[in-house]
Amino acid sequence: MSSTRAPIPIHPAQAAGGGAFEYLTSKKDELVGWARKFSLFPYPFVTACCAMEFMAVSSTPYDTDRFGAALPRFSPRQSDLLMVVGTVTHKQAPILLKVYEQMCEPRWVMAFGACATSGGFYQNYAAVAGIDRIIPVDIYVPGCPPRPETVIDAIMKLQERIAGDRHPILTSGF
Amino acid sequence: MDRALPNPIRNVLEPGDGVVVNIGPSHPATHGTIQVVARLDGEKVAKVDVHCGYLHRGFEKECEAHTWHNLMPYVDRLNYCSGLINDFAYCGAVEELMGIEITPRCRVLRTLLSEYSRIADHLTCIAASLMELGAMTAFLYMVMIRDYVYEHLAALTGARVTYTYGRIGGLAHDLPEGWLARLDEILVQYQDFVGRVHGLMDRNRIFIDRTRNVGAISAAEAIHWGYTGPILRSTGAPRDLRKDAPYLAYAELDFDVPVGINGDNYDRYYVRMREMDESVYMIRQLVEMLPAGPVCVDDRRCTFPDKSLVYSEIESLINHFKLVMDGPQVPAGEVYHAHESPNGELGFYLVSTGGGTPYKVHVRAPSFVHMGGLARLLEGYQLADVIPTFGSVNMIGGECDR
Amino acid sequence: MSAHAGPRAIEVLEIAPGELLATARRLKEEEGYDLLVDVTAVDWPRRQPRFDVVHHFYSTRRFTRVRVKTRVEEGSPVVDSLAPLYGSALFMERECHDMYGIVFRGHPDLRPILLYEGFQGHPLRKDYPIGREQPLVPYRK
Repeated sequence: MSSTRAPIPIHPAQAAGGGAFEYLTSKKDELVGWARKFSLFPYPFVTACCAMEFMAVSSTPYDTDRFGAALPRFSPRQSDLLMVVGTVTHKQAPILLKVYEQMCEPRWVMAFGACATSGGFYQNYAAVAGIDRIIPVDIYVPGCPPRPETVIDAIMKLQERIAGDRHPILTSGF
Repeated sequence: MDRALPNPIRNVLEPGDGVVVNIGPSHPATHGTIQVVARLDGEKVAKVDVHCGYLHRGFEKECEAHTWHNLMPYVDRLNYCSGLINDFAYCGAVEELMGIEITPRCRVLRTLLSEYSRIADHLTCIAASLMELGAMTAFLYMVMIRDYVYEHLAALTGARVTYTYGRIGGLAHDLPEGWLARLDEILVQYQDFVGRVHGLMDRNRIFIDRTRNVGAISAAEAIHWGYTGPILRSTGAPRDLRKDAPYLAYAELDFDVPVGINGDNYDRYYVRMREMDESVYMIRQLVEMLPAGPVCVDDRRCTFPDKSLVYSEIESLINHFKLVMDGPQVPAGEVYHAHESPNGELGFYLVSTGGGTPYKVHVRAPSFVHMGGLARLLEGYQLADVIPTFGSVNMIGGECDR
Repeated sequence: MSAHAGPRAIEVLEIAPGELLATARRLKEEEGYDLLVDVTAVDWPRRQPRFDVVHHFYSTRRFTRVRVKTRVEEGSPVVDSLAPLYGSALFMERECHDMYGIVFRGHPDLRPILLYEGFQGHPLRKDYPIGREQPLVPYRK
């Protein structure tokens, strides 16, 4: 389950234990999950060498457009997948946190590359040893830089998770 | 949200009569790591303050903690668009300190791969800056060819982007079977694709209007601000280290140094396109003159012994062990060695106190020096001109911030 | 004195810190070294004076290089800035100040460039431990 969202409250009707209601909500979740997984709007938070592979995976012949995840949105308000591509240094960390906080829910974070996952081989005073020290991460993509096939595999795994997630329409934050 | 996040920079620009606008550092067109704080007077940029350092990863400090050999992956990730040139410039500097002469085959191969990397870098730069202007088709064509180049280099080195292929005294290994045949195919496809981009962009009214006389600089000013490489050549000064102070096999090659007229964005685009053509011509000459022979110099101080010897002879075993654990022993001294990278003069200043670990590895990064002069290129033009000018300067974060 | 004879030879000059601006002016105006290539420093913690400030120059007409080295004390690591002569000196001197703490007298704007506001210390000095992080954003968990 994505660790970025508040716990989902039980609707009183669900607590009453009606089987039909649960069937409808799970079908609704499947539909919303299908729609959300095939319309990911990535925010490419690009810093370093992994940008080369990000450019390659977005264009022919690897093409993320097949997965619905091609159109980058350069405003955090309009995007739902934050792809942190490349090393995040301590100087860049406040900017990353600001962009993450500006995104609306549901949002997912992909740590693209070894540097975003764990700091890579930059274990020193300047680089953050993995962005999960700052923001919660949903999927980690290893590689320095990862091959485009690895990135596509990661997008597909994330899509499986999104498809199987619960997608409540009425939450406490509504 | 509730709390204020710390600001990593101190802004010194006052609004005055205008508006202060912040571009970056998380921005599609600033290549992710530059912040341009601009004071605007209407749409005109009155004053600009360029901030870099958002990708400072401690390259020099890491190098001091590794052996001369181990730190090669860090060197790769400087100008990551043309990884091989960084490798060869660094290896050339260490070889100069050690007094090693590389083999003829290695010399020609390094030249060939440097020019191949130059093509990949210029493709990336032009593709990105054209995409930022809206020319998506040209971007897709160029990234397609760049992908062929990446796959081809992966067949040689094992990696698509960061190769770590250079070794002190030679290269990691020789060319595989069929590599040169595929090289020829890619160069033919390159002509086709880049021909289409020429057809789309060179006489395109919109492209000319957006780039002609924008970001113009004269040759004397460019030298004052430290510009080298295609930017200096676009101003009309035919300065190229490959011609002026030849290294590797460049003295034996026949090639032109393209120069521009005005030093504006259009000239920088065209100089890079012509340089790619010259690189293709050089690669074809180098394939003809590639000699047979070993690719690594037969010097026990830096070259790893053959694996069969390591497993059978005690001397080779100890040699291998010492090279891995202590690193190649480089005599005390200092050297400054510069190559002509796609961005300009890429120099390595190495200080050694003897031993297998460097005392200091300093990179003279062309992108960093160019950022110093960027304010001069942006001021006086429109806000929308920031994008094509910035794209034409080809700032690579890994090199700028090291 | 020159090292590594040949077309890529480099001449090395060792001067006193007070002569830096005059030497640079002479190199630029009389000997044609119009490109300031690099400004950096080397830290020798067990030697007095501690820092070597190294400048590299290149002549775009004669294609020759020169390296100028000067030594400064730890207590007052001050040299003259070459900003009045070369525009490229601005950023390069800011970096040298960030990394080693060398103060360039006459530089208009010595703000941190590769490091950030609030960073204490100078990382490339030999006594700065490589792993000492100074995070701007507090860590989660």
